[in-house]
Amino acid sequence: MPHIGLFIPCYIEQFYPQVGVATYELLKTLGYQISFPLHQTCCGQPLANSGYACESKKSVTQLLSRFEAYDYVVGPSASCVYHIRQHTASLLKDHKPLKNTAQKFLDLTEFIFSQNRQNDIQGFFDGRIALHKSCHGLRRLKLGKCSELMGKEENQQAVLLQQIEGIEIVTPQRADECCGFGGTFAVTQEVLSTRMGMDRLQDYLNAGAEILTSGDMSCLMHLDGLIKRNHLPLKTMHLAEILYQAVQQKQSSVKSSAYVQ
Amino acid sequence: MSNSINHARNAAQFNQDPQKVTWHDKALWHVREKRDSSAQQIQEWETLRTLASQIKAHTLSQLGDYLELFEKQALQNGIRVHWAADAQEHNQIVYRLLQKHQVSKVVKSKSMLTEECQLNTFLYQKGIQVTDTDLGERIVQLAKEPPSHIVLPAIHKTREEVGELFHRTMQTEAGNSDPTYLTKAARKDLREKFLNADAAITGVNFAVAETGEFVVCTNEGNVDLGANLPNLHIACMGIEKVIPEQKDLGVFLRLLARSATGQPITTFSSHFKKPSKGREIHLILVDNGRSEQLNREDFRSSLQCIRCGACMNTCPIYRRSGGHSYEATIPGPIGAILSPGKDLKKYSQLPFASTLCGACSAVCPVKIDIDTQLYKWRQIIGKDKSLFTKKTLMMKIGGKMLGDYSLYHFTAQLGKRALRLLPSWLINNHFNAWGKSREIPEVPVQTFSTWFKNQQHHEHKK
Repeated sequence: MPHIGLFIPCYIEQFYPQVGVATYELLKTLGYQISFPLHQTCCGQPLANSGYACESKKSVTQLLSRFEAYDYVVGPSASCVYHIRQHTASLLKDHKPLKNTAQKFLDLTEFIFSQNRQNDIQGFFDGRIALHKSCHGLRRLKLGKCSELMGKEENQQAVLLQQIEGIEIVTPQRADECCGFGGTFAVTQEVLSTRMGMDRLQDYLNAGAEILTSGDMSCLMHLDGLIKRNHLPLKTMHLAEILYQAVQQKQSSVKSSAYVQ
Repeated sequence: MSNSINHARNAAQFNQDPQKVTWHDKALWHVREKRDSSAQQIQEWETLRTLASQIKAHTLSQLGDYLELFEKQALQNGIRVHWAADAQEHNQIVYRLLQKHQVSKVVKSKSMLTEECQLNTFLYQKGIQVTDTDLGERIVQLAKEPPSHIVLPAIHKTREEVGELFHRTMQTEAGNSDPTYLTKAARKDLREKFLNADAAITGVNFAVAETGEFVVCTNEGNVDLGANLPNLHIACMGIEKVIPEQKDLGVFLRLLARSATGQPITTFSSHFKKPSKGREIHLILVDNGRSEQLNREDFRSSLQCIRCGACMNTCPIYRRSGGHSYEATIPGPIGAILSPGKDLKKYSQLPFASTLCGACSAVCPVKIDIDTQLYKWRQIIGKDKSLFTKKTLMMKIGGKMLGDYSLYHFTAQLGKRALRLLPSWLINNHFNAWGKSREIPEVPVQTFSTWFKNQQHHEHKK
């Protein structure tokens, strides 16, 4: 079994520890040896997307140096992982080991599929769920086929959800339109960002969704802020949270039926 | 920076009429859906895109050679070829030709290049009457506005607005906004302009180096009517429009209309190879910053653009901010990577008018990596000392903070404590762009690291 370093993006560390817990526990139920190196810093994407990638060198170096010892680095964020793999190399020109470390980063879904473990997450979860396909997960990490490309429909995150008993996946009219988060875009273009987010939410509500899930908590942070402000009947959960709760449900039902016997 | 355009402000202004935004978004999304269903009919769609991208990349790699070959062939066919280094030279050449032929009335078909060179304004000043003959272009011309979209120039106008405009400028019935009625009125008006024109100006979609011919694509047939009535036809093209061989048209013509409007092909694909007896065809090859863009390795492929407008129809920002919000000849995602090459200071906000969602790159028929180029322009703008702003300073501080774990941890904790203690009216006010329309995330009792440390502690105890 490979040794995994758990990467917890800075905003998940601070605001959504439950997503980190779910990711950690889910990987554990799959039997992996997981370590969580402390003192992780930001991947630098907010700086880089604002045009200041050069200012993020220290933060990136500090983050990557925590992970040199592992076979894989897995994190519950397609966006941060994409940024690390795609955009940090130019900052690390003189540092080959760290450049190699950057290429070991995988998003949770990516990792599960790379290890061919997609059929090993079984469980029960009751809910009508819409999958919000984050742009970086979809179009950059290619966790599925985006609607612009022609060819066979496929989506790895949907495959994971489809295997869980009790889940009904609802489909919005626009399969993969951006939610308008976009990092600093959310504040520099507040009006457009809000409008885009509200349009997405309406589409999910029209489809009958009760729960909105995604592999990226950053999109959900923006959408959840809009949901709460407008008192919309929708709940947001990271994909890892749903999968882990589903697995837990199954384990506890197995335990209780054993008790009855 | 008074002379830089402010996309965020323009977008906010467009959004003051939310119903119009809904309508604009839906109208363009409908075009995107038509594109999807027509692309689905072509099994080899993705192969075609790859092929088109390769042909364009190859051509750009030997652009000089192909342009010279095209010139040679075109001259042999009897087309007169002119070279213009910039917009000014282009306009002068056009004016010289018009003067020589004693032209006072011109009909013009749609050409983004002449928009880029601001040819109309230039010719008006010289006392020449210019009539745009593409219906959408005619609408914006009458409204004295620039086009807001490269394929659908008047997409920002509702038919009621067009009805009102035609009533004012062409004396159509007040309150009548029936599209057939309005189109007929425009057609009648344009017919007269066609019949009285002394010269025609057209754009160029493709110039074939092998044969020296050029192709112009329209849906209204206005190119043919314009170019075949008067004795003088001036065609204006950017130097990136050349393609190597005639057979390449089989790739591009299949992609262009499908990507643009979902049609299998434009209603008219007009090929011009040699002038008929007694007539003259002049072709102007315009650089106007293209060589410079060609030299920028990271942005070279932006010149592959065939001006289909698919990236605009797809872009969630463009659909909700309107084409005019970009204040550039070419708006939308492709415009946001072309314009900074022309004037970095003026257009320094455009690469930020995007969430980097990447839908533009995935829809582009010639596979321009638009979102990657947006990211790269951002880095250039971030490093440009002349564009040093308050944001630069904040980012420098941010970089220091994020790079130092203890400092980062301390500030994060401080920030979180503040969030917990401050009343929501203080956080969610108009100074805080996040809180203006969104709640900020609730602060959890512990960070993930704290949970993990406790967890390890318990596990050791067991």
